[in-house]
Amino acid sequence: MSSANRVLFDAPGPRGRRRIRTLTVASVAVLAIIVAAALKQLGDHGQLAAYRWQAFTTVPYLRVLGEGLWGTLKATGMSAVLAFPLGALLALMRLSRRRPVRMLAVGYIEVFRSIPLLLLIYAFLLALPRYGVNLPVFWKLVVPIVMVMSAIIAEVFRAGILALDRGQSEAAEAIGFRYWQAMRLVILPQATRLVLPSLIAQLVTVLKESTLGYAVSYPELMKQGDFLTARTHLLFQTFVIVAVIYVVINFLLGRLASLVERRLSRRTGGAGPRATQDTQLANAPNAGLAPTA
Amino acid sequence: MHLIINHFGFLMQGVLYTLGLTAIGFVGALLLGTVLAVCRVGPITPLRVIGSAYVEFFRNIPLLSLLVLFIFGLPDAGVTIPLFASAAICLALSASAFACEAMRGGINSVSVGQAEAARAIGLSFVEVLRFVVLPQAFRAMVQPLVNVFIGVLLSSALAAAVGVAELTNRTQQLNLKYAEAVVCFLFAGAVYLLIALAGGTVGSRLERMLAIKR
Repeated sequence: MSSANRVLFDAPGPRGRRRIRTLTVASVAVLAIIVAAALKQLGDHGQLAAYRWQAFTTVPYLRVLGEGLWGTLKATGMSAVLAFPLGALLALMRLSRRRPVRMLAVGYIEVFRSIPLLLLIYAFLLALPRYGVNLPVFWKLVVPIVMVMSAIIAEVFRAGILALDRGQSEAAEAIGFRYWQAMRLVILPQATRLVLPSLIAQLVTVLKESTLGYAVSYPELMKQGDFLTARTHLLFQTFVIVAVIYVVINFLLGRLASLVERRLSRRTGGAGPRATQDTQLANAPNAGLAPTA
Repeated sequence: MHLIINHFGFLMQGVLYTLGLTAIGFVGALLLGTVLAVCRVGPITPLRVIGSAYVEFFRNIPLLSLLVLFIFGLPDAGVTIPLFASAAICLALSASAFACEAMRGGINSVSVGQAEAARAIGLSFVEVLRFVVLPQAFRAMVQPLVNVFIGVLLSSALAAAVGVAELTNRTQQLNLKYAEAVVCFLFAGAVYLLIALAGGTVGSRLERMLAIKR
């Protein structure tokens, strides 16, 4: 809660307090009614029956979902490991002093930030095999994700490098470092530390994009849930549980990003771009602030 | 190439569906996001809690998971909504969380002195927001909201995976029937790029119009 919020409604007088109290009671009542109606609707259709949910505590079901979760983590991990360095490289290319390199990077970034991931996946799934490029299913998912995420990560890194104090690069030049030496030894380590919270937040995006394994039949969590429902017809339960798993994992990743940001800002005294939801990364769009897959 | 010309009407209908999904999703996200932002900065605690919970949930759930839950899971609970409407609703719900955060960021960027001065001359909570804070916050919100728009555009393609006949879906259908794959996908990619560029241009023009002339 920022001080602006505290100022928007400072200490209310007696009438204000009464108004707030009535609105509080009214909103709680309305919410209770909505929740009750939803539960009643579910109950009427037998969706709250114990046997439907208990099935998910048995080992076979848990194993299917567990395999799916493992598939998701594998795809996310591989995509992140490939996309982050590629993104850093693209950011450096975009900041290059040579015009063709810069134009190439700008072109790649602008194009791959503006096309949907699913389109790219369908292209890999259906179009490329006809021209002989038939990758295994895992790579049909990972390569498109890497292509799109590297463009987004490039913007994150670029914002980090640009946010770094110019004195750093000037000092590096002053002690005789050439461009690449300065980059490698002075700029990049500090820039990476600066954007680390943002990168963790982007992991959330990568994880959300891994759900597109559904479209390529790669056995990640979404696909395994689908497979489960085909056999058990417990559609509502399966998809609710899958959704809850995703929300919990992403929420924990988001908390990790906040923790890292807080630790880092304590050390650097608050300088540099911010990553999590309470603040904004000024030059890097999509830093967890825009919906993607 | 002639494949695209022959099926131009078919593809254009897909573009219309995409634009429809994007428009409804974005407008819905703006409206819901405004309500949520007001809930989150307001004095009523249950509303703040619900607002925060809503935003956390819809920022962390993958859109495909939400779509599948809505379209395949809800009929089990007796709620059957037509396909296009449920896709649009899911898009709006998911993007509203990001829109709310963008607006809250904009509101928080207005300096505290503005709100203090507004309180000092006796404006109520709603009046402070309406006459002082939101007009200034709007300037800071434009760029993030453009990002939300582009996000909605790209997310609308996900509806193709659940069966909505928008551009990506139709491109895939054409590709399954004929052999000229790459041209179809290049065309679809170009359309998305154009719409995203248009959104970005509108955003920068808006930002320039709202910029403080010093």
